[in-house]
Amino acid sequence: MVDGAFIIEKSVVIVVVFAVTMIMAMYSTWAERKVAAFLQDRVGPNRAGWGGLLQPLADGLKLFSKEEFFPNTPNKFLFVVGPAIAMSTALMTSAVIPWGDRLHLFGRDILLQATDINIGLLYFFGVVSVGVYGIMIGGWASNNKFSLMGAVRAASQMVSYEVAMGLSMIALLMMTGTLSLKEISEQQAEWHWNILYQPLSFLIFLICAFAETNRTPFDLAECESELIGGYHTEYSSMKMGFYLFAEYANMFISATIISVLFFGGYNYPGMQWMVENVGVNTANLLGIGVLFVKICFFIFFYMWVRWTIPRFRYDQLMHLGWRILIPLSIANIIVTGIVILRHDIAVYFGF
Amino acid sequence: MSIETISLSGRKKLVSNKEMTFLERLYLVAIVKGLFITIKHFFKKKATIHYPEQVREMSPVYRGQHMLKRDEQGRENCTACGLCALSCPAEAITMKAAERTADEKHLYREEKYASIYEINMLRCIFCGLCEEACPKDAIYLTTSKVLVPSSYEREDFIFGKDRLVMPLEMALKNTQLNNAN
Repeated sequence: MVDGAFIIEKSVVIVVVFAVTMIMAMYSTWAERKVAAFLQDRVGPNRAGWGGLLQPLADGLKLFSKEEFFPNTPNKFLFVVGPAIAMSTALMTSAVIPWGDRLHLFGRDILLQATDINIGLLYFFGVVSVGVYGIMIGGWASNNKFSLMGAVRAASQMVSYEVAMGLSMIALLMMTGTLSLKEISEQQAEWHWNILYQPLSFLIFLICAFAETNRTPFDLAECESELIGGYHTEYSSMKMGFYLFAEYANMFISATIISVLFFGGYNYPGMQWMVENVGVNTANLLGIGVLFVKICFFIFFYMWVRWTIPRFRYDQLMHLGWRILIPLSIANIIVTGIVILRHDIAVYFGF
Repeated sequence: MSIETISLSGRKKLVSNKEMTFLERLYLVAIVKGLFITIKHFFKKKATIHYPEQVREMSPVYRGQHMLKRDEQGRENCTACGLCALSCPAEAITMKAAERTADEKHLYREEKYASIYEINMLRCIFCGLCEEACPKDAIYLTTSKVLVPSSYEREDFIFGKDRLVMPLEMALKNTQLNNAN
C-alpha cells in the first residue's frame, strides 16, 4: 500500500539523512584539522568564522574554483567515473541505518530509517566493497605509476580486511540471528549492548573498519611520504574534493555502523522508561542525540588514532590481516557457537 | 670502570634485545598507552601566538628597523659623518650632508646634518655595526621595536629619513620621562 503520505514521509527521511551525512562529512574535515592541531599543541583553523567553523565552506569553494586538470590518460571516462563511484557508494550506505526508533507525528508513526531491508548488513558490506572500485578505477585511469601503486595497495588491503571483517560479523550474527540493522538495534535495548557479549568481535571489526576507510595506520593507499597522494595524485578541483569527501563520508558511516552494531545504536539506559513517562517523541529524539554522541566519539577516535600510531609497513599489514585477524575471528566464531549451543552440547554428552 | 658503563650525561640507557612477551607482541597495551599520551596533549595549553592580535614580546636587544634618534630637545643627532656607511658590511647605507643654517638650530644638533639618509632594507643584514660605529648616538636598531614590513616593489625598501627618523612626539615623551626621573 504505497500512498502519497508514505512517499512524502520517506522522501523527507531520505533528504534529511542525505543532508546530515553531507554535513557530518563536511564538519569531519573541520574536526580532523582541529583535533590534529590540538593533539599537536596547536590551535588549528580559527580565522573563517567562529573557531574556524566556516572553514569547510571555504575549502569547498576553493576546490570548486580550481582548475579542472586532466592528465594525459587514454581513458577520460574512467577518470571521471572513479570519484563518482567513491562518492555514491559512500552516500548509499546511509540508507539502511536506523537513526532512531520512531517518531509519532501528524497521527502516524514515522520510522527513522530510509529503508528497513532484512539484509541491511549484507547490503552495507556489498556497497562498501564496491567502494574500492572507485579508488581502483581512479588510480588506474590516472596513467601514473604512483596512482596505480596506491590503487593496487588499496585493493589488496580491502580484499584482505573484508574477509576478517565479514568473519568477525558472523560471530555477531550468530547471536543476533538477523541481518536487519533495525532488529539488531532493537535487540540491544537499554544496556544490552553487543560490545558486552562480543568484545573480540568488536576489536576485529574496529581494526578492519580502519583498514576499510583507508585511515591511518592503514593509509598505505595514499601515503604522502611514499606515493605523493596515492590514487588521487592526478586529481584536482572537485574530483579531488569528491575523493576526500568520500573518505570522510565513509568514516562517518563506519562510525555509525560500529555504534549501531556494538554500542546499541540509538538505545540508552532508561529509554523504555522515557517512552512510557515522557513521550515517544522526546525519548526518540534523545535516542537520535545519543546515537550521534556515539558516532562523534568514534569519529574522534579515528582522528585520535591517526595521530597516535604510525603507518604499517606493507608486510605488517598483510601479516596482521591474514595471519592474526582471520584466525582470531574464526576462533571467535567457534567459541560463540559453543556458548550458544552449550545446552545441546551438554545434552549430547549426557549431562 | 669499563667504557661500556660510563655515562657522562647520566641518562645512558642500555638497550635490551630480549624477546617480547606475548602481551607485548599484541601491541594493544602499547597502543592504549600511546592514546593516553596523545589525549594528554589535547588538553595542554597551546603554544601558538595568534599573530596579528598577539605579538611575541621582543627581547630588549632585538635588532629591528633602524631609528635615527633625536636628543632631549627634539633635534636630530646625526651629523652625516658617514661612519655608519663605512662600517656597513652590506653597503646598505647612503647619505648626503648639508650645512645647518641659522634658522635650523632647533632641528639639528650639529652644524652639519644629513639632508638625505637612506638605508636599503633589502641589503641590510641587521648586524648592528652602524649602531656601534656611530659617534653621535644617532642610529639605533633596538629602539624602534618593529620589523621591516614586506612590500611589492624593490624601490619601497629604500627607507629615507621620513621613515627612519624618530617621531618628534616620541622624543618629547622621552624627555618628559627623563625629567620625571
